[in-house]
Amino acid sequence: ARALTPQTAETDAIRFLVGTQSLRYDNQIHIIDFDDENNIINKNVLLHQVGEIWHISTSPADKGVLATCYNKTSDTKVMTCAAVWRMPKELESGSHESPDDSSSNTQTLELLCHLDNTAHGNMACVMWEPMGDGKKIISLADNNILLWDLQESSDKAVLSSSAALEGKGQLKFTSGRWSPHHNCTQIATANDTTVRGWDTRSMRQIYCIENAHGQLVRDLDFNPNKQYYLASCGDDCKVKFWDTRNVTEPVKTLEEHSHWVWNVRYNHSHDQLILTGSSDSRVILSNMVSISSEPFGHMVDDDELSDQEDQHQEEK
Amino acid sequence: LPGVQALLRKLQSLVEVPGQLRRWAAPGGDPARALRCYARARAVLRHYRHLPSFRAIEDESHAIMADLARCLRARLRDDTLDPKELTECVEMLLQLEEPPEELCEEFLSHAGARLEAELAVLEAELPPADPSGAAATPPPASDILDFVDRGSSAFVGNLCLLAASYRSLFQGRPGAGDARLEAFAAALTARYFQLLERRLALERGLGDTSLLVRALDRFHRRLRALLELLPAAGAEAGAALVARAARERVERYLRALQTFFLGCLGDVRQALAAPRPPGKEGPGLPDLLATLASSILGQLKAVLAYVQLFTARDIAFASLPYFKGEFCVEAVREGLVVAFVRWLCRTARGFADGPAERGAPAAPPALLLLLARLCLDYEATTISYILTLTDEQFPPQDTGPAVTPGPALCAEARGAAQRLLDHYVQVQGAAVAQMLRKSVETRDWLGTVEPRNVRAVMKRVVEDITAIDVQVGQLFEEGVRRAQSSDSSRRAFSVYSSSRAPSRYAPSYTPSAPMDTHLLSNIQKLFSERIDIFSPVEFNKVSVLTGIIKISLKTLLECVRLRTLGRFGLQQVQVDGHYLQLYLWRFAADERVVQGLLDEVAASAVHRCLDPVPMEHSVVELICERG
Repeated sequence: ARALTPQTAETDAIRFLVGTQSLRYDNQIHIIDFDDENNIINKNVLLHQVGEIWHISTSPADKGVLATCYNKTSDTKVMTCAAVWRMPKELESGSHESPDDSSSNTQTLELLCHLDNTAHGNMACVMWEPMGDGKKIISLADNNILLWDLQESSDKAVLSSSAALEGKGQLKFTSGRWSPHHNCTQIATANDTTVRGWDTRSMRQIYCIENAHGQLVRDLDFNPNKQYYLASCGDDCKVKFWDTRNVTEPVKTLEEHSHWVWNVRYNHSHDQLILTGSSDSRVILSNMVSISSEPFGHMVDDDELSDQEDQHQEEK
Repeated sequence: LPGVQALLRKLQSLVEVPGQLRRWAAPGGDPARALRCYARARAVLRHYRHLPSFRAIEDESHAIMADLARCLRARLRDDTLDPKELTECVEMLLQLEEPPEELCEEFLSHAGARLEAELAVLEAELPPADPSGAAATPPPASDILDFVDRGSSAFVGNLCLLAASYRSLFQGRPGAGDARLEAFAAALTARYFQLLERRLALERGLGDTSLLVRALDRFHRRLRALLELLPAAGAEAGAALVARAARERVERYLRALQTFFLGCLGDVRQALAAPRPPGKEGPGLPDLLATLASSILGQLKAVLAYVQLFTARDIAFASLPYFKGEFCVEAVREGLVVAFVRWLCRTARGFADGPAERGAPAAPPALLLLLARLCLDYEATTISYILTLTDEQFPPQDTGPAVTPGPALCAEARGAAQRLLDHYVQVQGAAVAQMLRKSVETRDWLGTVEPRNVRAVMKRVVEDITAIDVQVGQLFEEGVRRAQSSDSSRRAFSVYSSSRAPSRYAPSYTPSAPMDTHLLSNIQKLFSERIDIFSPVEFNKVSVLTGIIKISLKTLLECVRLRTLGRFGLQQVQVDGHYLQLYLWRFAADERVVQGLLDEVAASAVHRCLDPVPMEHSVVELICERG
């Protein structure tokens, strides 16, 4: 499995969706509930038979709606497509049955619409407009940024605008993120070693961080509480924090991992906590008070939390 | 009757006194005789003052002498007097009972003017004091030794004479004490020092250090003579001047050493980058290293020899406490030698830490390797050799300022060497990894045909790694390799890794089954030895090579996991993997590392394959042997 996302529209329970990645068996989406009072994990399974899941994201408005990027394989070709789905009603809020009970209760997702990418390319990821009404999504396909409008009952996706990255060679976006600030009009994308910021209203590039990492940039995340602050991680084993108003130098650089860093995420309430996962089989939680919105000196524990847990965020 | 005759003669001579005085006091006459005559007569005249005729004589002679005094005083103001005449003049005036304070004022100002004139001559040689810094000033007309010579003999010599005559003239007279002389002398010597400093500042480059030392020595000796007469004239200032000059020269030497080192590095880079005619071997790294190390060491020794001129036994100022203590420790050992070694380590390290990511031209890997070896050698032997040499030539005081201990410098050198070697591994690893990455990303793994041979990129990878092995082997020793098992070279590259993970594919599908088998294999991974990919390497060849191979193979693994393979794609990965295993195992410290990584590549390939039908092992071997 490579794809994991929180259920963004859910504010009470702690729930994650995980997509499987298997070439041989039917793929699934697991809805995982974490009950933090009792420390119990519950799971429900949904079938996603169209293909292995490479990226998954949930709607910020409707708890039951999600989007996936999946591989459609034929004998000669593999195409990464994207689609929007709806979960069965009763699973939206999870269920707290004990794990033994969930035996063969696998239900299916209802396909709402495809994001047509025949003109563009392989979909790398799908981003929902944060804090929006769940009607706007952006997908990154090869070197294109596509902004979609989901019609009424989300059963049709209409391409409302797009932008393409021009340049030499085969440019390909690897990941992107929608900034929750500036009225949700900015996104950041990563292609090769460059991070670019775009304005979604004009579909123009706003800023560009060249050579953000020595090698490929793998993931980005915006600081939820501080405007202009962006974190990126890449194959040079580093995590870098940027102020998008001054992109010549990173504000801070972390070199804790010993191999490629695949993911970086801010904690949404305490933005001094940053989680990073790497293919050196480590997940590191870092405490970056100096660049967070937390007033300095108010934290009780000041030392860096470096929990090196041998969990596998991506199954390795 | 004879008594009366004598008396009459005396009277006569007395009466003649004014006439004689007038004759002698007239300009062109002999004032000295007049004085003598007057001195003789004065007592008698005073005694018989009450007699009117004697009174008249006394008055007249008094008037003449006053005239004479005025004349002499006027003469005093004449600039053309030389010191001897001046002294005579003043002496006479003193005898005439002129007030001593005035006289010594006049004496000093007159002498002072003369000395000022001499200083002005010296100053004329210097370009105007330009506060904005050294403009394009022409080199001074004479060398520093000449300048000091003239200054010392003319100015200092005259000042000494002046002081001596002042003392002899005014010794013990009220109102004309030593204080005035000392203040006067101090002011002049201060000016002299200033001029000398300005002249020293003109010494461009490193010139001739022995000349500088001789000049300073001469200055110091003459100054000593003066200071014996007038201790307050500026002993500390003079010593400080010499100390400053010495320190400045040492600093210049440090900068020269730094420039030299950078020049040597430039030569090395050029030698590495020079296009070679085909068939001719490039410059061997050991040769380049030996040349570099020996030139630096040679230059350092030469510099130390020059600096030692300052503390030679026949140099007068070398006995100053500054030169015995602080100079040796602070200026030379710390300021020159230690500072240079530190700077060298920092500069070498800068090649690894530098902004190579930002697209600036990075150092060639061979240079990184060379510098790593250089720093390592420094840590092992060179630093202690240099420090011993320095301590021999410049013996340190026992109770002096703190010195940097040798081990601290060695630690810095080792740190730099480690950083450089790690960076080398990363750079070379990244280069090979990039090749592998491109090869996996751009190939169509679904539609590929049945593999007939090993892919060209794999052969290139093996060639490159062999070349790196040779390169590293030139500078670093082999290192310890784990004893190979007997069948290592014939070890089958099996698609299903035998000893470790159990079969991954449960026959029946339940929603939770894949989780179980994966869980099992992951748990097993937790307990097997973790391979640290970007970890510090040891200073031997196999460790470096293992590091590079680990980086490359891990990249291959991660890239394969991102693709979807068809049956023949899997078989191609199988063939490539076996080829790599055949040729790479001998470079690694532990062949199990290579084996393990290649096993993971195979397992991931199977996992990503739509139709996993591996090729027959004998066919795989055949293809690899042919390739």
